[in-house]
Amino acid sequence: MIDAVVLLSVVLVLSLTAYALLGGADYGGGLWDLLASGPTAVRQRATIAHAIGPVWEANHVWLIVAIVIVFTGFPRAFAEVSTYLHVPLLLVLIGIVLRGSAFVFRAYGPDDPRHERLWSRVFAMASTATPFFLGVIVGALTEGRLPASPQGSFTSVYLTPWLTPFSLSVGLFALVLFGYLAAVYLTLEAHDAHERAAFRLRALLSGAAAGVVAALVLLLAASDVRGALIASAWAVPLHVATGASALAAFAFLWVERYELARLAAATQVVLILWGWALAQYPYAIRPHLTLTDAAAPVNVQVLLLQILGVGAVVLVPSLLYLFGIFGPRGNQDPNENPSISH
Amino acid sequence: MGDLNLLYARWQMGLSLAFHIVFAVIGMAMPVMMVAAEVAWLRTGRPEYIDLAQRWARGTAILFAVGAVSGTVLSFELGLLWPAFMEAAGPLIGMPFSLEGFAFFLEAIFLGIYLYGWQKLSPAAHVFAGVVVSLGGALSGAFVVTANAWMNTPAGFRIENGQFVDIDPFAAMFNPAAGTQVVHMLLAAYAAVGVGVAGIHARLLLRDRQSPFHRRAFVIALLVGLPASLLQPLSGDWAGRVVARSQPAKFAALEGHFETESYAPLRIGGIPDTETGQTPYAIEIPGGLSLLAHGDLAAPVTGLNDIPRELWPPVTAVHIAFQVMVAIGMWLAFLAIWAAVLWWRKRLFESSAFLKAVFWSTPLGFIAIEAGWTVTELGRQPWIIQGVMRTSEAVTPMPGLVVPFVLFTLLYVGLAAVVIMLIRRTVLETAPTGRAQ
Repeated sequence: MIDAVVLLSVVLVLSLTAYALLGGADYGGGLWDLLASGPTAVRQRATIAHAIGPVWEANHVWLIVAIVIVFTGFPRAFAEVSTYLHVPLLLVLIGIVLRGSAFVFRAYGPDDPRHERLWSRVFAMASTATPFFLGVIVGALTEGRLPASPQGSFTSVYLTPWLTPFSLSVGLFALVLFGYLAAVYLTLEAHDAHERAAFRLRALLSGAAAGVVAALVLLLAASDVRGALIASAWAVPLHVATGASALAAFAFLWVERYELARLAAATQVVLILWGWALAQYPYAIRPHLTLTDAAAPVNVQVLLLQILGVGAVVLVPSLLYLFGIFGPRGNQDPNENPSISH
Repeated sequence: MGDLNLLYARWQMGLSLAFHIVFAVIGMAMPVMMVAAEVAWLRTGRPEYIDLAQRWARGTAILFAVGAVSGTVLSFELGLLWPAFMEAAGPLIGMPFSLEGFAFFLEAIFLGIYLYGWQKLSPAAHVFAGVVVSLGGALSGAFVVTANAWMNTPAGFRIENGQFVDIDPFAAMFNPAAGTQVVHMLLAAYAAVGVGVAGIHARLLLRDRQSPFHRRAFVIALLVGLPASLLQPLSGDWAGRVVARSQPAKFAALEGHFETESYAPLRIGGIPDTETGQTPYAIEIPGGLSLLAHGDLAAPVTGLNDIPRELWPPVTAVHIAFQVMVAIGMWLAFLAIWAAVLWWRKRLFESSAFLKAVFWSTPLGFIAIEAGWTVTELGRQPWIIQGVMRTSEAVTPMPGLVVPFVLFTLLYVGLAAVVIMLIRRTVLETAPTGRAQ
């Protein structure tokens, strides 16, 4: 029988995967809003807003699912993480608030270009900062410098454990990776060839940048983390698969087979995330708190798994329905296309 | 320093809850009105109804988003500010939170479908999406409130050597206060939002009595707000009995009741003085409190003097907040009866006095909700888990909590200002005022 802790950890990583693939791409969209340039800049922003509009709130809920799993299933980890990573979590929260609010303020605000520009800016900057700090938090959990007790100066307990080159590089990696993912997705959302070419270029550039930053992350990793990432039994096949999907995504982007590129890029992100999760296992927080030590009593874990299972039965069809209605290319603005109206 | 840090943590939590709850209740009740308007449009084909449905949907979109992000903040803040509480309580209240997660997920999914699917779905599918949003809102509110109720009447565990053991999440979720608090909160949400929206349209009806747009909006809003207002005093009575039984200190504080006595009087108004142990300036109804608390005029009601001083909540603030809540609740119930009489006589739109009364009641439901939460939360102090863990034991060891408190204050004040400006400009100011439809 599989251990409930393992199963619950798998479900946690699954919900983080969904958040990365969906919510992560929404953040990436904000990054490209910030960096929109060239003759199609205005249309790029419109396409991004249009793609995110109906789905971002639902995508965002994956983070809430993950956090609920952590505090119900791994309460000690939740308590420690929110104590010692208070500062970056605070920055993430401010980013989440500003990102979401600015998006609806822009979408539902008056037709005033100044209003639009202001909230567009806030949306884009918050979308850029938030995944960076999310990445920093993941980095800090991995690097193993979080203290075991709050004894010491403010700086040594609450700042230096995450203000490290490694954690910052993981933050950068998350940002670049989400940008890459978004650019690949957006090639399918673009309205014309010029715009598509712009997103394709962005996808290729950010994909290359992700490779460079990944190398940097590995270089800055402590030896035991690097060891887990490189030398474990699962490491080689996983790296080969990740590399293969990255190359495939590049090739498909190059030959403009965007649906396949999207599949390959998403696979690549999933493999990276699961690679991290395998390297992190069995720790919740390296090096002193294992998942088992952090876990709630077994009956609570089992109950949580049951609720998540039942919830998924309701949730998955609803999500498929949502994405079925607003999937890429099916999402012409109703006002532009009255023929499909009732 | 430590005490001050605790104070900032409490202020930040209070601020976040006070901010979130406004958007949360709107997210629960607005979708009901928006779906009602759409159904009315499908039935009658009157253009005012579809205009209303779309306007209310726009308002819902803005307010729901702010509610969603401020709710996310809260779920993290529980850990950021009260890590020891979450470490102990997470397994116990995690079940309602995960159920809430799913309800909220459905709400978010179907709100996206509703808002962006006007032209893509069949009318029935579109209405269905709105119904799911409404149900999801009510359910997620209900689940979260059971978690709060657990803090008031903790259940489903034993303490052994300082550890929580024999965790039973079902017993925790269905704790003694869960039923009353859920009913009280749901009714409060519909009452506050229904009357609030009706008040906005009452003002416009006072200018133009014939506007079909405002008439229909007014009626739908009242239909959501007033039945809940009428039922609320009953649910409040029920809640009061549970508090009297399970949280005597809170009950004594909210009533300004110092001496344990039989035939205890019900005090209306008054300002409790914790130095003298009196509540002067109150109207006293002999035996009223005994009757309300225990259903028996002779039943003794525990007074604050029989509770150790260090376990008193802030008595004056709790008592005043309670009086404000009850007064507003009674007034809204009276509005419901008044509306029913006018409706019966077919004079709902003719009575200027009624329209003015509804207009002046616009913010009252929200004030009552804030006051009610003040009673619940402040009334439980010094406990974070009644009788089990003190708020001071739960607070994060991180110093300098003044900084996040100031940051969130600025953030929320700014957001509130923008939201008010946007709702005025995009939902209210463009509303039709003339009779031309």
